[in-house]
Amino acid sequence: MNTDAIKELLYKMGDDAFILGHRNSEWTGIAPTLEEDISFSSVAQDQIGHALAVYTILHETLGEPTPDFIGFTRNESDFRCSHLVELPNGEYDFSLIRHFLFDHAEMLRYRALTQSTYTPLAQLAGKIIGELKYHILHANTWVRQLGNATEEAKARLQSSLNELMPYALGMFEPGPNEQALIEDGVFIGEEALKAQWLQSIEAVIRQTQLKLPDITTLTPVYGGRYGYHTEYLQPLLYEMTEVFRIDESAEW
Amino acid sequence: MYGGGYIYDPESKNQATIVEDPEMLAAFEAKIDRGEKIEPTDWMPYEYRRQLIRMIEQHAHSEIIGALPEGTWITRAPGFKRKMALIAKVQDEIGHGQLLYAAAETLGKSREQMLNDLMSGKSKYSNVFNYPAKTWADVTVIGFLIDAGAIINQLANSKGSYAPYCRALKRICAEESFHLKQGYEGFVYLATGTPTQRTMLQDAVNRWWPPIMHFFGPADKVSVHTEKLMRWQVKMDTNDNMRNEFLEQYVPKIWELGITIPDPKLRKNLETGRWEYTEPDWDEFFRVINGNGPCNKERLDVRRWVEESGRWVRQALYKPNEMYKMPLA
Repeated sequence: MNTDAIKELLYKMGDDAFILGHRNSEWTGIAPTLEEDISFSSVAQDQIGHALAVYTILHETLGEPTPDFIGFTRNESDFRCSHLVELPNGEYDFSLIRHFLFDHAEMLRYRALTQSTYTPLAQLAGKIIGELKYHILHANTWVRQLGNATEEAKARLQSSLNELMPYALGMFEPGPNEQALIEDGVFIGEEALKAQWLQSIEAVIRQTQLKLPDITTLTPVYGGRYGYHTEYLQPLLYEMTEVFRIDESAEW
Repeated sequence: MYGGGYIYDPESKNQATIVEDPEMLAAFEAKIDRGEKIEPTDWMPYEYRRQLIRMIEQHAHSEIIGALPEGTWITRAPGFKRKMALIAKVQDEIGHGQLLYAAAETLGKSREQMLNDLMSGKSKYSNVFNYPAKTWADVTVIGFLIDAGAIINQLANSKGSYAPYCRALKRICAEESFHLKQGYEGFVYLATGTPTQRTMLQDAVNRWWPPIMHFFGPADKVSVHTEKLMRWQVKMDTNDNMRNEFLEQYVPKIWELGITIPDPKLRKNLETGRWEYTEPDWDEFFRVINGNGPCNKERLDVRRWVEESGRWVRQALYKPNEMYKMPLA
């Protein structure tokens, strides 16, 4: 099996979950209702947990550094997350739509990975889809509720959907070793995943008064899988590692 | 987390005395004397209801405002373990707020009214959250010592007479004891860590000590009012007793880690069995409670932002034809 290809897959998955988990955790204490505050915190904890699990595979089976080292000491250009997860939270509609677009892809990605020929990932995927089921339930419920509610709610959701769609398409940017992953049966590949994802989000959007933008007219925002990022990632990493960097050898 | 020793009650001075039906009152008090709990649909004196609303409401506000100083460290927590634990911890505090607002709602005041009173400054929250969490060490001090103080207060209150509040507190105390454990663990890591970590921790303890001493409130004035609240099992112990209990349990744990406490008079009097300390600056306490602490404005500004930026969501969910039901609490 092509180890470089597997590492590439794990890094982008881990980094997406880690950075979006970090973003979602920023809602803790300030969400529109207490109940939603609690939900976003749960989603954030799950995602950071997923990143930890993926980094743990990298560390334990592929000889990469410890999860804390991976998460808290790499340079910005070493990260492989998509631009979608880096964007600041914006208002609640923006975070909700991002959560919806991301977690549908995440669910399908992990579901496909339950069939992976790379056993540690297949085993992990089995565990994680149990959690992602609730992420989808949560995101769908809110998108349906708000997407059929007041004019303001619908307008806000629609405008966030329009804005985020090119970024969401960027999640499916193929990495340099994409073909090897498909040939080795590690992963179905980003193109196949994107097709499933479109069906999955369309099915929910159809139940609302929102419209899915025509993706043939959109240019996906690529770069993240090759280490090129938005202007928002470096400040995020700087903040995230502020305490860790005081003394990297210390135990906190 | 909350230290509810001081119930802010500026209105009580303007309150006309309410004369309760003596028979109903006697039956109510007999019930409390028998150790029975009061449920939301039971008869209760006006003053009992009023005081409970104030108390539970202030407790609820303390949970959601208390989430803010620690919440700002979630994005900076060093390493996976601390980051995940801190999100979970702050999430618990918001959950406590939710439980407590529901308990207070059973007495007839809605969550919206309570949140409006919080923003207008009409109702208060624990003073301790008007101080800033400046470094990571502050997070461990809050998690360990403020949560420890809260547990002492909340365990006492969980034996009170109002059933929904007791039920909420039982669940809350179970979670708070985890917070205390993780706060203590983080505290120990710093105390036994590098010189930089120890310095950070000592500095945090020095800064937080006065607010911690304020936490349980000033010595109770012996008054008919206090006696009545204790008789009705609304107030369960005196502020000084709770403070003493806190010092008894936690000062030795701080000292054994080689961390000092900025009060040269602090010692246990072996004859009386009580702790002696320098009386904290109560003028400062009242100054802060009345809005002039280092973070009062910042905390309420955040809540106002939440209120304003989330209004469209709540409006979108609002169903005018649905009846208000008493929450399960």
